[in-house]
Amino acid sequence: MKTIKFQEFITKYIFRIPEEGTSPERYKALRRNIIILMILVTVIPLSLMATINYYQYQKNLRDEIISPMNLLTNKTKRSFELFLEERLSTVRFIASAYSYQELSDPIILNHILSVLKREFDGFVDLGLISSKGKLLNYAGPYSFLDKDYSQQSWYHKVLINGRYISDVFLGYREFPHIAIAVQNLTEPNCCWILRTTINTKKFDDLIAMLELDPECDAFLINKEGILQTNSKFYGKVLEPCQLKIPNGGQGTYVIESQDKNGREIFIAYSYLVEPEYTLVVVKPSSLILKTWFTFRTEIFFIYIASVLLIVLLVYKLTDAQVSHIKKADEKRERAFRELEHSQKLSSIGRLAAGVAHEINNPLAIINQKAGLMSDLIENTPDFNKKQKFIELTEAIIKSTERCSTITHRLLGFARRMDIEYEDLGVNDVLREVISFLEKEALHRNIKIELHLDENLPRVSSDRGQLQQVFLNILSNAFAAVTDNGNIIIRTWDEDSEKVGISFEDDGCGMSQKDLANIFEPFFTTKKGYGTGLGLPITYGIIQKMGGSIKVKSKLGEGSMFTIYILKMPKKVLDV
Amino acid sequence: MDNIHVLIVDDEEDLAKTIAERLEIRGIHTQTASDGDKALNLIKSQPPDVVVLDLMMPGIGGLGILKQINLLENKIPVILLTGYGSRERSIEGMNLGAFDYVLKPCNLDDLIIKIQEAIKIK
Repeated sequence: MKTIKFQEFITKYIFRIPEEGTSPERYKALRRNIIILMILVTVIPLSLMATINYYQYQKNLRDEIISPMNLLTNKTKRSFELFLEERLSTVRFIASAYSYQELSDPIILNHILSVLKREFDGFVDLGLISSKGKLLNYAGPYSFLDKDYSQQSWYHKVLINGRYISDVFLGYREFPHIAIAVQNLTEPNCCWILRTTINTKKFDDLIAMLELDPECDAFLINKEGILQTNSKFYGKVLEPCQLKIPNGGQGTYVIESQDKNGREIFIAYSYLVEPEYTLVVVKPSSLILKTWFTFRTEIFFIYIASVLLIVLLVYKLTDAQVSHIKKADEKRERAFRELEHSQKLSSIGRLAAGVAHEINNPLAIINQKAGLMSDLIENTPDFNKKQKFIELTEAIIKSTERCSTITHRLLGFARRMDIEYEDLGVNDVLREVISFLEKEALHRNIKIELHLDENLPRVSSDRGQLQQVFLNILSNAFAAVTDNGNIIIRTWDEDSEKVGISFEDDGCGMSQKDLANIFEPFFTTKKGYGTGLGLPITYGIIQKMGGSIKVKSKLGEGSMFTIYILKMPKKVLDV
Repeated sequence: MDNIHVLIVDDEEDLAKTIAERLEIRGIHTQTASDGDKALNLIKSQPPDVVVLDLMMPGIGGLGILKQINLLENKIPVILLTGYGSRERSIEGMNLGAFDYVLKPCNLDDLIIKIQEAIKIK
């Protein structure tokens, strides 16, 4: 099985940049990749940080809520335990300190109760119960004398455990109470029971000591989930608690839950060992989580804003960067092409110059020999076909002259003549050149339309060179147009530095491919009779004069050459 | 045209001789030299009225000969015979005091006109 390695994947799908040149796809890909990479590099750590922050803060907040809740609940539970323990100890102390006889005495029992009431909170009554479950003596507001407890469950529990703390119950006065009963075992064969009732007002006091917010709640429940104290939200005392609290365990726990009203709450609960109560403290999460939500909203907005900012910035930066690269590439490409072009020109030029120079001498000899021949023929008396010979030598001389024009052109191409600057009017030079072509135009019925700016400033340039440039371009235009064609020539003042001249024809035009080659030496579309040197020479001259040349052409619609010539030469280049 | 003496200096002897012959036909006395030494010797022994000098030559070259001629007591006008490609050299030659220049391959009539002008100036 083949698996694509991560690196391969990256290079294959993300870094895949088209190789060649300055195609727009290449820059699109480059731009896309940079954007993806930069966004990944910035957004991933940002997201990580935001997430970590989010959870860390959540955890901290929870801890901050849970630990105090835990602590508080635990403390309160201890207070409850202490309270109950204390009361139990007191009852046990009485059961041990006093004898059965003493406790049977109503006066002593009343006395003990009054002392208890004075010294401890909550004692309501005190009763002595025989081992048979019969109330023998009673001190308190009610009279239960001779009541039989032997059938009640707590009585049996006391007999088994020696002591008992009851769940909360409503006494005769409709007040919640608990009962504490202790079996006396110190006197043998006489296991009587001392029972007391304690008002649970102290429970409420202990809960009040928690100083809870109004939205919070705290209460005690017994093993069966019956409320032992009033709850603000989850029922009255002795009603089943409307909140489900897990059973069992020791120590204090905090859980998150939902009450029946759908409130998100934190529940802290702690088990008391004796009696088996559970202290429950409830805090709504909304109270706690208000800060959390604020933080979460803040972090969310900061995150979104950051990401937006990053994306925007990355886009802008990448755009700038890529266009910068693109420009640099294009510049390099152009420079390279120009260098290539000029190198090609110069090497072809050297070759041409060499050939032209070598041919020039034999050409001169042919020319002179033919000249001598014609001299001799002319100086010879009439002979057969003399006229014919004169014509022949003339033809040879003409041909050598034509050849020499070509060699001169080649040499001129190789080493263009020095530019001799003079003050001239571009319009005048144009008219001179046009007058030179007028005959052909008339003959072929080509209409030359002139839109010359008569206020065109005079320029400092080389008349001969300009003539050659105009002639070359016009010759091409003449070759391009059919008979009855049109050529429009315009001149205008381009800016403070240049004047513009354009030559527009409605001739055959050029394809994009040809257009790319027209300044290459020896490239010609005029098969058979073009030298392929006209435009390269033109280009060279214009370059040398510090001007520029532009061509627009569409196959079948015509071409337009635009030339810009400096008004004042910038620098004179050496040959 | 009579009594004009012209010296043609060109390493292409064939060319020099042909031009010489044509000039002779037109009644101009012509001598030829194919290198610098011969040319200078001839100039010293039989000073011509005009020297037609090719610039592209082996040895001291056309410009070298021109400098030598300039050193002579009585000035002899020099018409340079140049190829199109050696234009800078012909400009240099003109600066060195050559009378005029003719592009190769030259039209004989032009050359004769320039020779006559040179003599007139002289």
